[in-house]
Amino acid sequence: MEPSEIPMLSYDVVVIGGGPAGMAAAARARELGLKVLLLEENDYLGGILPQCIHPGFGIHYFREELTGPEFASRLAKRLVELGVEYKTAARVIEIENYSDLEKVVVFASPGGVCQVWTKAIIYAAGARERHAFEIGIAGDRVSGIYTAGEAQTLMDIYGVLPGKEIVIVGSGDVGLIMARRFALEGAKVKAVVELMPYPGGLARNVMILRDFNIPLYLSHKVVEVRGKGRVQRVKVVKVDENFQEVPGSEFWIEADTLIISAGLIPSVKPLRKIGVEIDPATGGPVVNDRLETSVPGIFAAGNSLVINDLVDYVAEQGELAAEGAREFIENGGIGSRKWVKVEKGPNVRLVVPHYLSGERDVYLYLRVAKPMEDVELRIPEIGKRLRLPVVKPAEMIRFRLKAGEIQRAEGKLTVEVVKA
Amino acid sequence: MTTYRFTCIVCPLGCAIEVDLKEGKVLGVRGHTCPRGKEWAIQEVMNPKRVVMSVLPVEGGALPTVSVKTAEPVPKERIPELMKFLAGIKLKAPVKIGDVVAEWEGIKIVATRGA
Repeated sequence: MEPSEIPMLSYDVVVIGGGPAGMAAAARARELGLKVLLLEENDYLGGILPQCIHPGFGIHYFREELTGPEFASRLAKRLVELGVEYKTAARVIEIENYSDLEKVVVFASPGGVCQVWTKAIIYAAGARERHAFEIGIAGDRVSGIYTAGEAQTLMDIYGVLPGKEIVIVGSGDVGLIMARRFALEGAKVKAVVELMPYPGGLARNVMILRDFNIPLYLSHKVVEVRGKGRVQRVKVVKVDENFQEVPGSEFWIEADTLIISAGLIPSVKPLRKIGVEIDPATGGPVVNDRLETSVPGIFAAGNSLVINDLVDYVAEQGELAAEGAREFIENGGIGSRKWVKVEKGPNVRLVVPHYLSGERDVYLYLRVAKPMEDVELRIPEIGKRLRLPVVKPAEMIRFRLKAGEIQRAEGKLTVEVVKA
Repeated sequence: MTTYRFTCIVCPLGCAIEVDLKEGKVLGVRGHTCPRGKEWAIQEVMNPKRVVMSVLPVEGGALPTVSVKTAEPVPKERIPELMKFLAGIKLKAPVKIGDVVAEWEGIKIVATRGA
């Protein structure tokens, strides 16, 4: 196709990604009167939610406990009622940034290649899973190795049990929830292997292991896979406090399937290509309190911004980004008299957003580096103190700062989690 | 006497609760911070229940399965029986989210995804 033949569309805001962040962003943008187009590369809306068939979603956002598909369908219904334009099976190939209010999104769909002019972009493309090679598992190239999300798609979208005797690497929420699904569907979960000395998931999900008598090996890792054609056994070894393998501690587990659930990484490739600054701690973009990235008019929300543990926060971030897009379009930019930088103090692994204007209240999302009890979250510059009985890396802490509190800061705010 | 230990899931505190049980009677509960935690721990020992979810094959839908859940929590020890029952069900599109697609021992099986 010649470039002149490529259809040209024009919108106020293009939302990339039709998961919870993207759907909430598109709905909110429409409510705010913007002309919005939502692009989703899958054949259906919802992102990963339609395959997350377990309950536990929506307690904050909808004030009701829902399954993933139910949460997704509520948001999709809102989109339809608001008349939001969306395309499924639309894969974004390129984002081009010409000037603050002139951007182009190029996407491919069954109708062909399309380019869209837009003033603002909300990037909500989610995350990808870490795979076996990234976590240093050696051995045979065999079938039967899946990421947890792949196994979940097979089982809960296509109705196919991926294996009979299963070892899971990683005790985060995704790994634990998949352990329950395998056990319920009649597979034998032989072990969950966790590198850290504590489980990675929320307490309510760690309980799954007890429900199904699944052994959890803390401070252990899978180092090798052996099999002919299919996984036959995996080698597990104990690690010390510096994650070094303990000599002589290795043992083999017979299994036909290895599931890798070793964490998520924000999908930010198209953002990197246009020079968006990335925070090494989150893996997502550096953003201000409107969730705008370092490229004006490009906003980020959901797991592309920071890996969340609650979908409720993901949807909340989508709405926040939409409000940012509206302000950006109306004022030709997100302004501030001064930007206050948020810095990480003791036991803070990551914190988002990175820059605050002090012109509005803001939610900060943070994760600690290690578990602690009886602590205080402190921001010494403004004398802020928040008592927390327990903090865990698995549980994101979300707290509100008032505009007035932020204004009292000179240049920076340091967030720290210390013994009370 | 048997002592059961678990992490409370009523709230994010995650208290380590211990329940002593002898001949089906609770002798003591330790480690909880609030009455809700104590109540939950006793229920968890005496009659643990769970909402159960699965997928059922569906003919003629956009996706090959619909996801389902039980409308109420099911006694934990009966979950394998329920799963066997579910394994025998096949559905035909259209299925709407919220439809009751089957019933097992008076417990409704509700579609959580349409097809």
